[in-house]
Amino acid sequence: MSRSLIQASGLSVHFPIGSGLFVKQLLKAVDNVSIEIEKGSFFGLVGESGSGKTTLGRALLKAVPISAGTAHYDDGEVAYDLQELDGAELKDYRTRAQLIFQDPYAALSPRMTVRDIIAEPLEVMGLTKGRAETDERVREIAARCRLNLEHLRRFPHAFSGGQRQRISIARALVSGPKFVVADESVAALDVSIQADVLNLLKQLQDELGLTFMFISHDLSVVAHTCDHVAVMYLGRLIETAPTRKLFEAPRHPYTKALFSAIPSLDPDDDKTAQKLAGEIPSPTDQPPGCKFQTRCPHAIDICRSQEPALETEDGHDVACHRWKELMNLVAA
Amino acid sequence: MTPLIEVENLTLQFRTDEGLITAVEDVSFTLMKGEVMGLVGESGSGKSVTAKSLMHLNARNAVYSPESRITLHTDTGTVDVLSLRTPRELNVVRGGAISMIFQEPMASFAPAITIGKQMVEQLLLHSDMSKGTAKSVSVEMLDRVGISDATRRFDQYAFELSGGMRQRAMIAMALSTNPSLLIADEPTTALDVTIQAQVIDLMKDLVSEFGMGIIFITHDLGVVAQTADRVNVMYLGRIVEEGPVREVIRNPRHPYTQGLIAALPKLEDLDAPLTPVPGDIPSPLERPAGCVFNTRCSQVVGEECMALVPMNCRLDETHSVACHIYREAAE
Repeated sequence: MSRSLIQASGLSVHFPIGSGLFVKQLLKAVDNVSIEIEKGSFFGLVGESGSGKTTLGRALLKAVPISAGTAHYDDGEVAYDLQELDGAELKDYRTRAQLIFQDPYAALSPRMTVRDIIAEPLEVMGLTKGRAETDERVREIAARCRLNLEHLRRFPHAFSGGQRQRISIARALVSGPKFVVADESVAALDVSIQADVLNLLKQLQDELGLTFMFISHDLSVVAHTCDHVAVMYLGRLIETAPTRKLFEAPRHPYTKALFSAIPSLDPDDDKTAQKLAGEIPSPTDQPPGCKFQTRCPHAIDICRSQEPALETEDGHDVACHRWKELMNLVAA
Repeated sequence: MTPLIEVENLTLQFRTDEGLITAVEDVSFTLMKGEVMGLVGESGSGKSVTAKSLMHLNARNAVYSPESRITLHTDTGTVDVLSLRTPRELNVVRGGAISMIFQEPMASFAPAITIGKQMVEQLLLHSDMSKGTAKSVSVEMLDRVGISDATRRFDQYAFELSGGMRQRAMIAMALSTNPSLLIADEPTTALDVTIQAQVIDLMKDLVSEFGMGIIFITHDLGVVAQTADRVNVMYLGRIVEEGPVREVIRNPRHPYTQGLIAALPKLEDLDAPLTPVPGDIPSPLERPAGCVFNTRCSQVVGEECMALVPMNCRLDETHSVACHIYREAAE
């Protein structure tokens, strides 16, 4: 039995732009990404909008077609090659891999009761033998997500943001998945509620033995919940490490800039040293060489011509030509 | 320092099918010239509604209580904002002395009119510039907020600009009429962190350059810490704590402010557990009697929290809090 639940290597998702016979351009949403998600881990995926983090999450759920590379799923009971998956196996994979959406206001149908919303995946996938069994499973998962019987009878409009997100979580978990992709699942929530939902996700992970891929743009949330973090930029994986290592000593200039861009709670803390100029380039018009070179304050000639490969040292991967040099510079 | 805008006893209700909903209750504050004030609170706390009433911009079903008063001090005299009625009168506050930046820049620009045309249009409305001058002023403003190639951008549509650029254009547009008060309603929430940092820096520069007063509405305490001089914390339509930003963040006194700060994940200490504020913000239809925070408060001191609306207690000259815990200290 392998330790990793998801293993992807050289994974790419390209979308053709323009219709008709002649495809003019490819939008490389995810390009040549290799990641490994260990069983039972809380894996964070960080990046700005347009970095390809959502697309990567969907590719691993087989919700968008994989253009190149391989991705494997192995939970000890079954092992699937996601590229090849179809028919009955794909149906089975759908019960094992689930998605929690970002916006709990948009994700729930206003015309269905909470009970029906949570029961729908069971009914669609034909996982239960009758209404009694469905009801029992709905009640069980609802209780774990702190929703009571009274809540199940109501419609979503009667709930606050935090409660709605708990309904979405119950719906995602009712089929008994092993792998859950949480895409910006707390981004739409208020700070005072956010912590509550994060604690619930951690608790459910413990109780149900789940593996999470937690997609977020909020680094402080990721730092507190995930045990492993991957940073994406323009479809590439640029750095990945155990959370503590990454936050103690980020290696990629982009990761450093991301950290310093978080507004500090201390009004006297003025982190101006690392501010980035410019914006993320369009994925249809990518720069040559390192994708970050257009905004990187340390870019030199080699960065403009050659794309850096992911280097591993101490279980900490980084794709930058100059990271060692820059780390020494800081140390000196 | 002279006051720029004074809000006194602002109470605002909305007439709806389900009855009168109280959105803002007894809110008072004064903004000085050149001051940046943060207005912090969660969704439903009434911060946007408060800001909109400064421009008399709330929907028609809004009912202001008779005690509510908003006074704007301009160079030409004082204006009683809530007494303005006709569009002509309202022009003074809407885009004239007061400008507003909204959260979602894509939704705030007309999609089928070029950025430049929209900028010129409002300059023609609010000043006696000629079309030619208005254009050169607009291009200059776009350049000032760090938009490269401003002449070309002037003729582009909102969809051709990236998110950060759109927000810069929005700021340029808001500042071109030279307002004395700028209201920024969650101006960085829709932006990525690296772009947010750029926009915050830009706004700081502009404050020192133009010297206008700013009301910065946000739910992000980090953003407030980096931008504001003073902060008002709102909960369910009431200001629960008010003070200098350093004081409020380092030494929060209201249980809600304390809870908000404790709920923030902090990068300095990754092992610290996340402590949510228990429960949810009540629906405005079910406003609790007494202190509005009593349904979620972990420090309820007694009957008075359930029955009596807490008075504003001055802790020192600049810091005040509306909570029964501090009543004795104040007396």
